[in-house]
Order: sequence, then structure tokens, then C-alpha cells
Amino acid sequence: MYKYNDFDEAFVRNRVAEFREQVERRVDGSLTEDEFKPLRLKNGLYLQLHAYMLRVAVPYGTLNSTQMRQLALIAERFDKGYGHFTTRQNIQFNWPRLKDVPEILELLADVEMHAIQTSGNCIRNVTADHFAGAALDEIEDPRPTAELLRQWSTDHPEFQYLPRKFKIAITGAPNDRAVTKAHDIGLRMVRSEAGDPGYEVIVGGGLGRTPMVGKTVRDFLPKADLLPYLEAIMQVYNLSGRRDNKYKARIKILVHETGLDEIKEMIEEAFERQKRDFRGPPSELLEMIEEAFAPPLFDNTQSLAFDHAQEANPAFRSFVETNVAAHKNPAYGIVSVSLKPIGGTPGDATAEQMRTLADLAEAYGHDELRVSHEQNIILPHVRKADIPAVYARLREAGLATANIGLVSDIIACPGMDYCALATARSIPIAQQISTRFDELKLEREIGPLKIKISGCINACGHHHVGHIGILGLDKAGKENYQITLGGDGTETATIGERTGPGFDAEDLIQAIEAIIETYLGLREDTSETFLQAYRRVGAEPFKQAIYARPEDEARAA
Amino acid sequence: MAREYKPQIVTANDLFEGDVVYFTASHDWVRDLGGAVVAYSKEAAETLLGHASDQQDKVVGPYLAEVVMGEDNRPEPAHFREAFRTRGPSNYFHGKQAEA
Ligand code: SF4
Repeated sequence: MYKYNDFDEAFVRNRVAEFREQVERRVDGSLTEDEFKPLRLKNGLYLQLHAYMLRVAVPYGTLNSTQMRQLALIAERFDKGYGHFTTRQNIQFNWPRLKDVPEILELLADVEMHAIQTSGNCIRNVTADHFAGAALDEIEDPRPTAELLRQWSTDHPEFQYLPRKFKIAITGAPNDRAVTKAHDIGLRMVRSEAGDPGYEVIVGGGLGRTPMVGKTVRDFLPKADLLPYLEAIMQVYNLSGRRDNKYKARIKILVHETGLDEIKEMIEEAFERQKRDFRGPPSELLEMIEEAFAPPLFDNTQSLAFDHAQEANPAFRSFVETNVAAHKNPAYGIVSVSLKPIGGTPGDATAEQMRTLADLAEAYGHDELRVSHEQNIILPHVRKADIPAVYARLREAGLATANIGLVSDIIACPGMDYCALATARSIPIAQQISTRFDELKLEREIGPLKIKISGCINACGHHHVGHIGILGLDKAGKENYQITLGGDGTETATIGERTGPGFDAEDLIQAIEAIIETYLGLREDTSETFLQAYRRVGAEPFKQAIYARPEDEARAA
Repeated sequence: MAREYKPQIVTANDLFEGDVVYFTASHDWVRDLGGAVVAYSKEAAETLLGHASDQQDKVVGPYLAEVVMGEDNRPEPAHFREAFRTRGPSNYFHGKQAEA
């Protein structure tokens, strides 16, 4: 893992000291809220419905056990004993008091963490494939690049006052687990004809009010050209991005309004200029970063313990089926720990659970943990022979839910239970859906299905790219939920289509059930997934199923 | 045509704790909506908000919220968002509901 050098350390400590002073000045009245708000937001501190919220960056979703334990400590001491992992691979604390925040930031700095650039119109935390460095299908670990981007973008004077926030996602594998096409810039590792790794550069993706799938501006960019090329994109955006209208300020609008060919030309022109002056980061720095992400020393001893445990224990077998993915080392597996217990809050972990995860990472996982944008925790490197023991500990901690990728593995943003921007709640909807399908005992039968829920048009819950997306709205003073179908967040990214009028919370669960029943009825066989079936038959049969009842038609009228 | 005026109260978040507070007749802040002073006209509401906004050293983001008058003439939230703010989140028994 990357270790802070003296510069990083001093930088983060200075920011904490600076913020401590700012809080003091706010408290003693020398700063007004108007003056203080941009300062606190620069340090990840929001004010939500019921309390402050501190958003802590987990760079490219990677954590070690010491960091996870520190998060547990913060959850216990300054929150109500839990933390919330988000779709941005961050963690949010929902109940800190203003005066405690400098101390929390100090505790974070002790373990090389911070909350800088988790808010505001800057380049946010770079997100990455949560299987990075472990996945079988990976070309190269994308995290050295992500770390380079973190250093390049942190406090970069040119990128502090962008027209709007800016999100970069990166993956080193052809199977896109990082939703790169829904980011301002998505980087997807590919090989050149000569076999060298480089990046496909995708620009202008994003969800929110105007959802768009990103467009490829470069099919292949050599790795060495990455920074000047990204600087070129940022320059074009900084100069031409709209600042007159907040809703039109993201780069996706610029790309859309300018047209792909012209944007490409503008970027390439800026790139030529940038490249001339670009000297690149010192090679020692690059080497140091690459070394920091060198794979752990794998233990290749073969063992049959894993297979035996699967034969002996059907519950373990079904856990392996959904929660263990192929590792590049055949003696290893990638274990996904679901933070979606039936009826629970997606993405929440208690301090106790965080400690269990830290212990497991230390004992069995080369001290590595990942946060996924799907709000789960990953142990990326577990020897197969150790997975039965890991599973047993997870069970004790209430963390062994075997549902990764299934109907109850729902993404849900905090919605109106916490978020000040929300138009409706999302968590209770997720709770009801997972409880309902658990009762029906249909989850395995249904197979891969991604439900994603947002509590407002900002789409933090990625509903547009859910196979079934749910958007909570305020319809004349009542919570109302719109359904979209057929969304996809992978390399075949698609924005879901709205079915029609929304549903009240009471009717929504029935509608979701009707959609899934329809799928089960029309699929060609059990190997045809929901998304495949939807792509084959289109929206019509599903619409008929959910709007068939007379009272719905009346509502639709 | 002018919309019929609905009674309003001033609410904000406490500067230090971040929790929900309501503005009272004595220009102070309380945790319980029942203690809020109700403005029955647009002018009264604006004056009230003006006074509340002078208290930047105590609260953050004061604003007017509509209420309906319930039993004993106590204000109750008109909108679900404000109702949630009187309670706390629905996924855990945290916030005001746990402190009452
Ligand atoms: S989607 Fe809306 S409600 Fe949900 S977290 Fe984002 S801003 Fe808040």
C-alpha cells in the first residue's frame, strides 16, 4: 500500500491545524456561516438533516487493517457506533459534533487518511475497481495510476475552482467494475497492438439530472502521456465549461453541446501544448508508487480444504458461489463481504464489524481491504484454504450474507433519512425489498440482478445504471418512486428507461415483485439474466405487468 | 391569485451539535417543534426569519417551514421532510426520537 512521505504527512497535518483554527473562529463568532461553509466543505464536513456529516476519503477504495480499526474507533467515539460506506468508496460519519471534527481529522491523519476534496468543485477522490491488484481478468493494477492522479489533483491550483465537481474512475480490467462510463473521466486499461498497456479515455459520463454514458475521446493513450492528456481535458473544461448554470456545468454537458469530434480536437490541441512543456513526475516518485502497490508475497501451497468445506457445508458453498471471485493466483480467492444483511441499511458497518474485518484482513488477507462502490467490503487476497475460517468469523459477526450481485445486494443512497438534498427516503425501500425477497425465497432463482436506489435526482445511488433503478421524488407532498429498467453500469453501460408514472411506497414493492415475476415468466432459461431478457424483449411486458391493475391506470391518467 | 397563507415557523440546525432547532417567541431556540413560535402572516414570518438570521453564532441555515395547527394549537409539520426532522432517521432509533 502507498505510504505517506514527509510531504504528504506535513500537508495533511497542516490542513488539520488550519481547520482546527477555522472551527475555533466559527465558534467564537469571527467567521460567519457564509464564510465558514466553503471551508468546512473543503474538509468534507456537511450539515445534513439531523446532524453534521463527515465524509472521509478512502483513496481508490483501499484500506489496511490499522485504518479500518481507526474508522471503528471514530465510529464508536464520535458517531453512534457505525459508519456508512458510500457509492464513492468513501465512508461517512453521520453524527459528529462540530467541535470534535478537528480531533477526528487528527485521528485520521494518524493513519494517513483525510477528508480533503470530498466536496466542492474540485477533482474528487479517484475511484477504482475494487478488485484491483487481485482480479483474474486484470491487465495491470490501476492503483499506481490512481495514486499518481490523487497526488496530481490534490490542491492543484488550476483545479480548485472548476465549473463543477469532477470525478475520475479507473479500471485495469476489461470487465468494468468501476462504472467508468458514468464518470467525468473514465480510464479503462487496454493493450496497444504491440501489447503495451495504456488507457482508453472516456469523457463526459455522469448520472444526475442529465444522465449520460461517457464517450471515448482516445482509444489508446500510452501510460506516459496520461497526466498531460488529463491536464488537456481539464484545461478545455476549465475554459469552456459552463459556469452560468449549475445544472449545465458538468463536463458531460460541454461534450454534449460541443459535439464529440470538436471536443476531441480541442483536447488534442491542448494536449500538444501540454506535452511540449510536460516534464513528468520524477521517475523516483513513480517507482516509489509502483513499489507501494507491488503484489503481496502469495503462498502458493495447494490445499483441498476449500473444496472439502464446500462439499461438507451447503451454506458455505452458496457463500462461495456469490461472494468469492476468481483471483489471479489460483491458490487465492477474492472475498466480498456483503454489507447488505436482509432488512439492514446498505453500506453500514458497526465498529465491531469493522474490527472483525480488520482482524480478518490482518490474519488472512495480506492486510488489505477494499470498499466497493456497491457499498460492500472486499478482502482481495485470501488463500482459498483460509476462506472457510474467514467465513466462520464473518458469520459470527453477522457479515456472511451470501447475496453479492443478487436482488438483496442493493445500492441505496442515504436519502431523506440523512441527506439534506433528498426528495424522498431510499433506505426503507431497500430494507423492504430485501425483506420481501427473502420471504419469497426466490433470490437464487432470480440470479444476477442489480437494484439501485437514489433519494433524489442527484443519483448518488446510481439508479440510472441499475437493472432496476428506483428514484425517490416528492410528488405533491408525498414520497413517490419512479422505476427505470435496463440500466447497466459495466463496459456495456446503458441508462435505464423510465417505465412511466411513479408509485407510492406502499405500491412500489408490489411493482418490483411484478417486474421480477414477469422476468421469471419470460426468460428463455435460467441462464438468461434479467438484463439479457430485458434487452431481448424490451420494456413492454414489464410495463404491462406493473400498470395492468385498474387503479394504476387511473393513477397513470 | 395569491396563495392562501399557511402558518409558518422558523427552523435551523444548531451550530455546535448540528441537530434540528426551532425559534421561539423569546427569540431563543428549542429542540421541540411544540415550542416554536408560529407566524400567521407573511410579514410576521419574514420578521421572525430576520431575527432568527441574526443568530448566526448559534444556528446554521434558518428557514421558514409550513406547519399545520394540531391539538392544543400546537404546530405540526406540514411536509414529510419536516416530519422526519422532528424525529430522526427511520432506519435506526437515533436522533430526536431517541432523546425525547
Ligand atoms: S441521491 Fe440525492 S438523496 Fe441520495 S445521497 Fe445523493 S443527494 Fe442525497
